[in-house]
Amino acid sequence: MAANNDIVIKIATVNGTGSASANGLLRKAIFRMGVPVVGKNYFPSNIQGLPTWYEIRVTGDGYQSRSNRVDIMVAMNAQTYQRDMAEVAPGGLLIYDATWPRPDLLDREDIQVVGIPLSRLCNENFDGVRARILMKNIAYVGALAAFLDLELDIITGLLTETFGDKQHMIDANMQAIRLGHDYAVEHFECPLSYKVEPMDRADGHIVIDGNTAAGLGCLYAGATVGAWYPITPSTSLMDAFRSFCNEYRVDPETGKRTYAIIQAEDELAAIGMVLGAAWNGARAFTPTSGPGISLMSEFLGFAYYAEIPSVVFNVQRTGPSTGMPTRTQQSDIIACAYASHGDTKHVLLFPADPAECFYTAVEAFDLAERLQTPVFVMSDLDIGMNDWMVPEFEWDESYVHARGKVLGKEELDSIEKFYRYLDVDGDGIPYRTLPGVDPKGAYFTRGSGHTRHGAYTEDSAAYQDVVDRLLVKWETARSMVPEPEIEYSKFNKAAILTVGSGAAACREALDRLAADNVGLNYCRVKAFPFSDRVREFLAQHEVVYVVEQNRDAQLRTLLILDADGDPRKLVPLLHYNGMPINAGFVVDAVRKELTKGRAA
Amino acid sequence: MSYIAKPKVTHPSLKRNRLGLTTRDYEGTVSTLCAGCGHDSVTAAIIQAVFDLDIEPHMLAKMSGIGCSSKTPAYFASQSHGFNSVHGRMPSVTTGANMANRELTYIGVSGDGDSLSIGVGQFVHAIRRNLNMCYIIENNGVYGLTKGQFSASADIGSRPKKGLPNQQEPIDPVSTALSLGASYVARSFSGDKAQLVPLIKGALRHSGFALVDVISPCVTFNDHEGSTKSYAHTRQFYHHVVDLDYVPPAEEIRAAYDDGEAMPVELHDGSTLVLRKVDQEYDPTSRAAAFKYLRQRFNEGEIVTGLLYIDDERREMHDLMGNVDRPLSELELGTLHPGKAGLRKILDGYN
Repeated sequence: MAANNDIVIKIATVNGTGSASANGLLRKAIFRMGVPVVGKNYFPSNIQGLPTWYEIRVTGDGYQSRSNRVDIMVAMNAQTYQRDMAEVAPGGLLIYDATWPRPDLLDREDIQVVGIPLSRLCNENFDGVRARILMKNIAYVGALAAFLDLELDIITGLLTETFGDKQHMIDANMQAIRLGHDYAVEHFECPLSYKVEPMDRADGHIVIDGNTAAGLGCLYAGATVGAWYPITPSTSLMDAFRSFCNEYRVDPETGKRTYAIIQAEDELAAIGMVLGAAWNGARAFTPTSGPGISLMSEFLGFAYYAEIPSVVFNVQRTGPSTGMPTRTQQSDIIACAYASHGDTKHVLLFPADPAECFYTAVEAFDLAERLQTPVFVMSDLDIGMNDWMVPEFEWDESYVHARGKVLGKEELDSIEKFYRYLDVDGDGIPYRTLPGVDPKGAYFTRGSGHTRHGAYTEDSAAYQDVVDRLLVKWETARSMVPEPEIEYSKFNKAAILTVGSGAAACREALDRLAADNVGLNYCRVKAFPFSDRVREFLAQHEVVYVVEQNRDAQLRTLLILDADGDPRKLVPLLHYNGMPINAGFVVDAVRKELTKGRAA
Repeated sequence: MSYIAKPKVTHPSLKRNRLGLTTRDYEGTVSTLCAGCGHDSVTAAIIQAVFDLDIEPHMLAKMSGIGCSSKTPAYFASQSHGFNSVHGRMPSVTTGANMANRELTYIGVSGDGDSLSIGVGQFVHAIRRNLNMCYIIENNGVYGLTKGQFSASADIGSRPKKGLPNQQEPIDPVSTALSLGASYVARSFSGDKAQLVPLIKGALRHSGFALVDVISPCVTFNDHEGSTKSYAHTRQFYHHVVDLDYVPPAEEIRAAYDDGEAMPVELHDGSTLVLRKVDQEYDPTSRAAAFKYLRQRFNEGEIVTGLLYIDDERREMHDLMGNVDRPLSELELGTLHPGKAGLRKILDGYN
């Protein structure tokens, strides 16, 4: 049941009718009242006409995951009216546009159904088809403001920020807000028995999506070359990088740019461009999603073997194949960990929210250059495209970008001869040189068999020498990647282990289970290869519930392969229907397993 | 196959370029291609061209894909960085490399399989971006390393050593490049070093995408009677239309040309290409005329060679994008973001 500051509002509209700005306005108004919010978009792979939903979770407790409950449904789409009504929790509210008749057959006794003639009100007050459609959306925000007791001054302020000196736009939007608001106040009991109460829990926080945060991270990482092929749900990452670059990477005097964004002909070319640029000393990256990873596979093996630092953002979506492009999953974990033919393995980093997308982006470039290998940032649609409330990002002015082992002209002068793949320091990481510096640094980069000196080889021992050294580097990577987040709340030999966007749901589930006297330890892995702490954590527990968002328990497989995980102890709890995982799922799944355990 | 280093003994009488280097300094390891392979002649022409142009070895980047042709960057300029990438993908790697550092001179060596079959997608997109590089196709109509399958440049009716003649339309890299807006398009023959070397020099100095399609016969799989990419066939149907003299910056054009025969084109770096028309009717500055001429001669079975099209006014990729003059790879990373205060300002938009 809903309570003050624990309310889920879902808005059902038709794609392409301009509801996004209205929904954003509502979400921001609640956030500005100091109340934590989460905004999730459930949208179709379509530009216009198909159903779309926006879900706002008002969560005074600050939980970040989706709730599986709907308290208020704004049912603006006749096409989905029946299922939208069915989704409302008992005791909830449904608001519909009463301009047109509504089939009474669909009534429910256990919820309050409220009709507001939104279209009629807007048709009477606004001119032009487009304005009427847009204002109808703003009008339902007005109605919700009445039902939830939102502060109208905050809404006015937000509109002023959006429209600046376009006073007629501010006036028109406020008029629409009032139409909805006043109609609700006149005809219904407002506010509801639950409402939004001002708090101060949003201080020091922002609401942002992961792709924007990652694009900002690329700006701060000093990335200069971005190559990409548009693919949902990663596209907005490059869009964000481009807009930050437009602001901060254009010389005010000459108008010239200190970045190159190339829209490639396909993902094969995108990763090829990244490798060429990185080989030449630029920080280069590509954002993509599952199908792009499949296409990049050959080059990724090349980058592993020829040891070229590169950063790939994989904003995962639902597979296999084209799958459901606008739904979320964590189903590329194995595809990325072992992308390409032959013995290859790659470093993966797993951000859990947009704040981590920002920091992980910066860290990924450092790690790629330090390790001279591709590094994947494994985001997903839920993190990348939804609105999360996270602490404001910090930037440490003393931070220096790590460029790894690159020999400059002076260093080359001081050595007798340069060999590209020699393990001078014993950590498996050789030194590299950049073209354009000195003829002494010249070497031939190749994906064919090569010796530690960089020469072509078909000699067994010389070949094996290099691939074995890459294993030494893998162990070095293990010590460099971020440590897991571990919490021993109540040590009892059982734990939840999760990754990426599973964290929010697991955190909330742990609280709910603890309230029910089920204490579980917690581990969130942040990287592959797994550090020793992950190995220890697995060894410490009799049972570990591995919560992940794919069908085949891919993270669990990696834990078995790379962290000595005992398959009998690792219990998979899998959520893979394409919707973001929620705490209720985790709680139910854990309870079910516990019951099984007792029965046995 | 092993990697054999050449002995580095230089005879004192060997000519030195302005950097004090000899052609030996621009050599690479010993070629492992078949004896008589056209590609080795192209390698020799490249060595001559980069020597003549006084290119500092570390300022040259050698790019390639996979195949016999793509091995050849190992056989020249051993003091230059090389990038032997994956099959058909040299253009994308070169695009990225060039974006990172626009000061280097990029030479890509590819083959007809690498550029016209598996890599045709990347080939055409590099052209339409006007990527600043010299792109050499060592064109022999067959796959060598996998033993003689036809490539996409095989002519209709060309006979393989075994099996039936090719029946599919060939992809002609020259007319493809012309149709996509390439700004420097040349064709030559590995057996004609006198024509080839200046064409490569012009391509290296041209600002923008410069294609040099070189008929380079495969002695092992495609040099027999009935092949249209053999030495004998190429010599018989070879047709010069525009030859080229390369004149370095600040050097006078000394050779005497008859009126109307020579056409100087000044390049961005101050050097001059003097185009000598063998066929007076040919206009290498008209894309449409070049296309028509090439098609007519192609239908008559002729292999038209020379500098077939040039447009030195079209801006290369960096300039189209408005990039800074300094290499992006040399920018100090700490200067590329607005710092703590800037972050504060950016985040104000998200609360």
